[in-house]
Amino acid sequence: MSPTLHAVIAFLQTWWVELVSGVVIVAVVPLITGYMVLMERKLMADMQARLGPMRVGPHGLLQPIADAVKLLIKEDIIPDDADKMVFWLAPVVSMTAALTAMAGIAFGPAFEVARDINVGLLFIVGVSSLGLFGIVLGGWASNSHYSIMGALRSTAQLVSYETAAGLALVSGLLMAGTLNIRAIVDAQYSSGVWFGFLTPVAFFIYAVASIAETNRAPFDLPEAESELVAGYMTEYSGFRWACYFLGEYANMIVVGAVATTLFLGGWLRPFPRVHWLNWLDAVPALFTAAVGVYCALRAGKQPVRVQVWFMWAVALACFAVALILAVPLAVAPLKFMVPGLNGAFWFLLKITGYIYLFMWLRFTLPRYRFDQLMHLGWYILIPLAIVNVLAVGVAMILEMEYGWNRWLALIVTTILTLATALFLLRLNDKRAAAATSAVPPEGPATEDSYAG
Amino acid sequence: MMPIGYYLFLSMALFLIGAIGVITRRNVIVVLMSIELILNAVNINLVAFSRMFGDVAGQVFALFIIADAAAEAAVGLGIIIAFFRNRETVMEDEMDLLKW
Amino acid sequence: MLDKVIFFFFAGVAILSAALMVTRRNAIHSAIFLITTLLATAGIFLQLRAEFLFIAQIILYVGGIMVLFIFVIMLVNLDVALHQIQFSRQKWVALLVTLALAAEVGVMLWSSRGIPGQGFLLPNAAPASQLPANTEALAGRLFDAYLLPFEIASVLLLVAMVGAVVMAKKRT
Repeated sequence: MSPTLHAVIAFLQTWWVELVSGVVIVAVVPLITGYMVLMERKLMADMQARLGPMRVGPHGLLQPIADAVKLLIKEDIIPDDADKMVFWLAPVVSMTAALTAMAGIAFGPAFEVARDINVGLLFIVGVSSLGLFGIVLGGWASNSHYSIMGALRSTAQLVSYETAAGLALVSGLLMAGTLNIRAIVDAQYSSGVWFGFLTPVAFFIYAVASIAETNRAPFDLPEAESELVAGYMTEYSGFRWACYFLGEYANMIVVGAVATTLFLGGWLRPFPRVHWLNWLDAVPALFTAAVGVYCALRAGKQPVRVQVWFMWAVALACFAVALILAVPLAVAPLKFMVPGLNGAFWFLLKITGYIYLFMWLRFTLPRYRFDQLMHLGWYILIPLAIVNVLAVGVAMILEMEYGWNRWLALIVTTILTLATALFLLRLNDKRAAAATSAVPPEGPATEDSYAG
Repeated sequence: MMPIGYYLFLSMALFLIGAIGVITRRNVIVVLMSIELILNAVNINLVAFSRMFGDVAGQVFALFIIADAAAEAAVGLGIIIAFFRNRETVMEDEMDLLKW
Repeated sequence: MLDKVIFFFFAGVAILSAALMVTRRNAIHSAIFLITTLLATAGIFLQLRAEFLFIAQIILYVGGIMVLFIFVIMLVNLDVALHQIQFSRQKWVALLVTLALAAEVGVMLWSSRGIPGQGFLLPNAAPASQLPANTEALAGRLFDAYLLPFEIASVLLLVAMVGAVVMAKKRT
């Protein structure tokens, strides 16, 4: 056999796990994104006291598939004066950036596509920030006013909040001491508490900045329907729009994964080193079994027979997953699989909680105006993030050089950071008050145009 | 790592393409982009030699070059914007205010 | 073998995109091709095991400088410029001089191939498994021996930021 064939076979033998994981990510993430859209619609409905999609499939569970089919068979409209190459390229860039960033995420101690990258966290942040080009090139290529304005606003917003998010990540990284994802989670294990509790200010800044990074409400001016039609996505229809949407929701998963890894302990269970809480290791299996029991109980109450079968199928799937999670706990020789499987469960649970927070904020808060958005990013979040980096650095030095207790140092510096935040907000209020008082007063009261 | 000659050839090729861009293009923005290409070629050279000798100083210097390129691009583009506001052109041979 | 494939792929993409970049009529197309060139260069850095520089290139160059370029191209975009002559009158002289330089360097590289232990085409780098962790090594050097240039670089960036804002502000 020729040496190239040997080389190809050797390559496949060494890298088959990564290749298969890559293919799985590219194949599965669009499906997961579709179900995230369904979850959002159901949650929105629940918070608005209605039911959401119920028609397609039992409880609307086949709605994403119907949506995907509809988008695929839609007519592909390209504006006349659009730049065809760039028009084609833009959604592809947006989606590719989001999916490539998922290669660096570790869903468990053994589930990572790109293993042991020295610069793991920075890789995810950097590659997901390439989605910017999808937005700005898409807005440009559409050759339409709404698109360009939406694209420019969205890009300005993304760039501003990227800085704040990066500085918030630096605060967390100061405590982790490394950019390697596994080492970050191991640092949280050895410190016994998640970094989100050690620097809550950094976690908060990252949460807010990541909402702005993914163009979600309340920062969704660039794609708000009442403001700019659909912003940079105006001229995109059918599958191209689906690519943009997929990129946006995949970006949500990516920022959720970054926040979970750095601030919420990654794949660690709550209180990972407290021994009397070891019974928490059984929670994944019990939780899944409880969901299965709920589905089984509701199955009998479905109105249509196919929905009854579907609920039983979901219940059986939940029981199967619960069994897979429970078996390594019970059977002693398989105990080594416990951190891996349970870790994946905890990781997914935390990401789901984070995304639930995103969706909850979308349904609750009104939209920020663009100048308010930029003001919040540059005048409040970035100075706060810089002060927080200083504060965490000082706390680390106090702990390492002067032997303070870690909690004491961090609480003192967090209080100082919060004081700075209050100071910034007071400055902001003073500036807003000065601006409104500079407006010339109303005309004389005798000029009442409604009188008489 | 490949033998160093390959990286030198790549670096030279990018440098020369960038040099052609700087000398021959009339659009000053494309000229600036070609300058960025030249800086990248130099970076490849530095990092290749850093890997060959095992000394990380080459990468440190490449990082400085990236920072410097950012600063230069920002100022250069600011100048272009200011000039465009005055003269409505980005062609280099129409920027002849200092000619006799 | 994998090393070779990766190198030739990224090098090919880099040179092809660079050549396309300097010949496009539309400045946005040039910018897109420069982005692919920069991404290919980042790939070369990764192949050289310079991981931090790989991601620094992507974040700073592609995610920062190129966004700036694209914004400015959108600001100064003229349809008039698309229909004018793209190349200046010195293009043939430039091409000739460049080819001469290329030939010179090519001859130098080729004629050194037989020199034992010194040729440019001989592999002589330490294997990858003996390399220290890249980010830590870079940070150690940067904040130890090169601290002053680091501080000067930050002052330079501050000056450039202020200068660019002053240059581009509207004089009301």
